[in-house]
Amino acid sequence: MNRVTIVRLCVIAGSVLAVEALCRFGVINRLTLLPPSEMATYLLHLLVSGEINQAIVQTFSNVAIAFVLSVVLGFLVGAVIHAIPRLRRACDPFLASYYSVPVFVFYPLFVSLFGLNRWPLIMIGFLFAITAMVIATLNGLDRVPPVLLKLARVHRMSRSAEALRIVLPAASPYLFTGVKLALAYSFIGVLAGEFILSGGGLGYAIAYAYDAFDNRTMYALMLFVLIVVTAINSALFIWEQRLLRRRGRG
Amino acid sequence: MSVSHAELREVSKIFPASGGQGDVHALGPIDLNLAKGEFIAIVGPSGCGKSTLLEILAGLALPSGGSISFEGRPVQGEVPYGIGVVFQEDASLPWLTVWDNISFGLLREGTESAEIKRRVDDVIAFMGLGDFARAYPSQLSGGMRQRVCIARTLVLEPRLILLDEPFGALDQQTRLLMGDELLRLWRKTGATILLITHAIDEAVMLADRVAVMSARPGCFIDMVKTDWGTNRDSRVVADPRFGTLTARVWTRLRDESLKSVGRSNRAPAVA
Repeated sequence: MNRVTIVRLCVIAGSVLAVEALCRFGVINRLTLLPPSEMATYLLHLLVSGEINQAIVQTFSNVAIAFVLSVVLGFLVGAVIHAIPRLRRACDPFLASYYSVPVFVFYPLFVSLFGLNRWPLIMIGFLFAITAMVIATLNGLDRVPPVLLKLARVHRMSRSAEALRIVLPAASPYLFTGVKLALAYSFIGVLAGEFILSGGGLGYAIAYAYDAFDNRTMYALMLFVLIVVTAINSALFIWEQRLLRRRGRG
Repeated sequence: MSVSHAELREVSKIFPASGGQGDVHALGPIDLNLAKGEFIAIVGPSGCGKSTLLEILAGLALPSGGSISFEGRPVQGEVPYGIGVVFQEDASLPWLTVWDNISFGLLREGTESAEIKRRVDDVIAFMGLGDFARAYPSQLSGGMRQRVCIARTLVLEPRLILLDEPFGALDQQTRLLMGDELLRLWRKTGATILLITHAIDEAVMLADRVAVMSARPGCFIDMVKTDWGTNRDSRVVADPRFGTLTARVWTRLRDESLKSVGRSNRAPAVA
């Protein structure tokens, strides 16, 4: 562990302890915030009792489906757009302004299209995430050095070998960025959708607890979501750093 | 002259009109005969079509007219076996180690693994990359990375090596040393070498013949024989003839270079 990591951990631990102290000494009202230790204990209780298992499975399976769909389709769409310059010119303005569209407003449309089930929520997560992957794919393919494509021809590589052995590895740092963003956006899309629009899942459970003044459940669930998302992102970050360090960009 | 190894006949390249500009006549018509085992350098002003010429000879680009042959067979839009190309840009694959970079082509050709190991180890030793076999390109200097690219070409045992300004991005001292390396590998392999360069001294120091190209459309306007002998190295720069030959090439090139930047050649000789 290096110095920076130690300092970072100290800052986090210090902040948590400070909040804990402020809550315990009554500086912060219990109706506003619970001491972190209480959140953690109650989260443990919720997990052990199995009360939130169904919500966890529902939310994470929705996120997983939205994430996988957005990464796979985002990559394919990006590759196709990249291969057809005319299509690219036509799509560029849409891609550039995509995130100004609030995809949540389409929820009623998705309900009428897919019915009242998990798919409208998955669609929100998916639509939120796919464009990040499309843009990252275009970025990555744009940045494959032309000299490497010439190298592929010098080695008489077929189109598929060129794609697999040269283009994909050369574009991978950018694709990785797309994967990270797609994951974050899938989470945001699905959780926010559940929060506002759904009758199940972790987002709904948080909203329900909030409405019922059930601070213990609400904060425990928020802590849970925070821990899971941070853990997944850290794992991706560490993996990315290892890949990039080899390439001298870490 | 000995057996013709590669031949260009009446080769020209015209890029079709685009973006409101008319057709661009980039190259030729050009005739060139490469004798087996000779070292030829091509110098010319920037934009004269030197790299286009190399790409056409390599089979990476199609000519607009004329014909190209390598070892008696026509070259048409595909790089023939036996031709190796080294580019100016860093073409090392950053996700592979030096060893894997060098074995890349052999793996593609389905060479047996024991044979791959023998050949890669040989080339690594020859190019002085022994200490870096497990390193990634990002851990190497620009000169070392270019060595990796040369090694990757060399390991395939090409009979014709085309180099497109391979030392263009390196500092002067590294260039001189890399020039010596190039001469050493030329002597060892007996390959025919065509070197594209904008550095006149480099061309005169390394090559048996220096072809001087005109401004666009690039044609040969002079062919300078150096007669250094096979065992030459960068110390030929101390030879009085080196100055004479360099001066001759520059004299031919100066007017063309001025033309390529849109200036006349009537500037006073001494300010």
